[in-house]
Amino acid sequence: MATAYFPILLALAFGLFLAVAVWMLGHFTGPKNPTREKLIPYECGSETTGTGGIRLSAKFFVTAILLVVFDVELAFLYPWAAAFGELGRRGLFAMLLFLAVLGVALLYLVRKGALRWEE
Amino acid sequence: MNAFFVWMTVAKIVAFVLFILTGGALMVWVERRLSAMMQDRVGPHRANLGRFRLWGLIHILADGLKMMVKEDFIPRRADRLLHALAPILAFFPVVVTFAVVPFGPTLDFAHLGAVNHEGPLFSGPWATTLQVATIDVGLLFVLAIAGTGVVGAVLAGAASDNRFSLLGSLRAASQMISYEVTLGASLVGCILVFGTLRIEQMVLWQHQHVWGILVQPLAFLLFLVAGIAESKRVPFDLPEGESEIVAGYFLEYSGMKFAMFFLGELMEIVVLAILLTVFFLGGWDVPFLFADGLHVDLPFLDTWVWNWPHGVVVLVQLLGFTVKVGAMVFLQMALRWTLPRFRYDQLMDLGWKVLLPLSLGNIAVTAVVLAALR
Repeated sequence: MATAYFPILLALAFGLFLAVAVWMLGHFTGPKNPTREKLIPYECGSETTGTGGIRLSAKFFVTAILLVVFDVELAFLYPWAAAFGELGRRGLFAMLLFLAVLGVALLYLVRKGALRWEE
Repeated sequence: MNAFFVWMTVAKIVAFVLFILTGGALMVWVERRLSAMMQDRVGPHRANLGRFRLWGLIHILADGLKMMVKEDFIPRRADRLLHALAPILAFFPVVVTFAVVPFGPTLDFAHLGAVNHEGPLFSGPWATTLQVATIDVGLLFVLAIAGTGVVGAVLAGAASDNRFSLLGSLRAASQMISYEVTLGASLVGCILVFGTLRIEQMVLWQHQHVWGILVQPLAFLLFLVAGIAESKRVPFDLPEGESEIVAGYFLEYSGMKFAMFFLGELMEIVVLAILLTVFFLGGWDVPFLFADGLHVDLPFLDTWVWNWPHGVVVLVQLLGFTVKVGAMVFLQMALRWTLPRFRYDQLMDLGWKVLLPLSLGNIAVTAVVLAALR
């Protein structure tokens, strides 16, 4: 167990090292000459007004909720699929029912307009 | 866990990271040259080392040098910590996804010249699997790491104190999480057919039977489309739609930090090509080539067998893997320079109303067919 996951740890450490090394390379090479104009938000040349915060469409929030619903339910499918050979007919019908429920949920969302982006 | 194991692990990590980094750097060149070819232009070819121009390959070096000597500044009201963290979080998942992907069968250093009759996967004192980590939930590891990619994009936009960046990061977030569902669901069909979550066993199944694309053609298409959407490239490049929001979530980044987003995106092409190869194109499998050499079924005659040494077989299989990855990279590049950009509602409709039902349907049909065949 520990032996199997040791390479993962090593790979993660190496990946982090690489990312930080490239970041450092960029941070410490190159000139540092900040001016007031350079540090204001870049908005294609027009004067910026107000702060960077704006009102956001609630659609994005709905999408995030949908991900939680579908991605979590998807998590149930992996162990089922991996053990499909041993589950027999009962396993098949149980999961078909589960998929049908997922399908109905999706249909409900579409009819409810949760996925409508155009006004 | 002996010294051989540890050193082989380090060697494999370095080899694979170099493969992906070189691939990503080459993509800079391929993208510009290929787009030039497709648009009947010459493309970049001026950079040179004295008299050598190498078809514009020097431009990779020139770009890298330029990124390094550029000023790296942070907007005045930006969140300095998150602004600094974002490129690292965007770059990191791309270079660690490879950890569970097999790029070849087992290689035995003690019997390089002998004929291998044991099959592609075996163990021995001087044998090493050409895969960094062989874990039992390899596929889940890939999906988990791929899923963290969205964090870097969101943080970059949210920390920059720029409205265009914020819009870009929102678009990136909702696009990536929408297509993540399809990305995961399309692979369930593969798990059903291969009967395992271990990626080396998936490749072995394809080596012994047929390539995944023949048994799961729809899953291949779904995974390809969702994968391109995850890498945020044309036709799914709305998070960085130049004509609307300048450059999207990495608008306020310059120099090497910008390069991390840019290179990360290009390396994602290579990573997606590797994943497509492993799940659908048989990984290291080369047709007619088995662990002990070539096997060709001749009509009316016995199987014609030509034994090859173990080392040569593995080398050819590594070459086959690279060729397949190259083909998948080319496919993505050709798509990128052929299709126009989606509108945002079209993108969301495609993800939720077309791809997701198709992927759920694919699971149901695959399960029923498998049960019927049993």
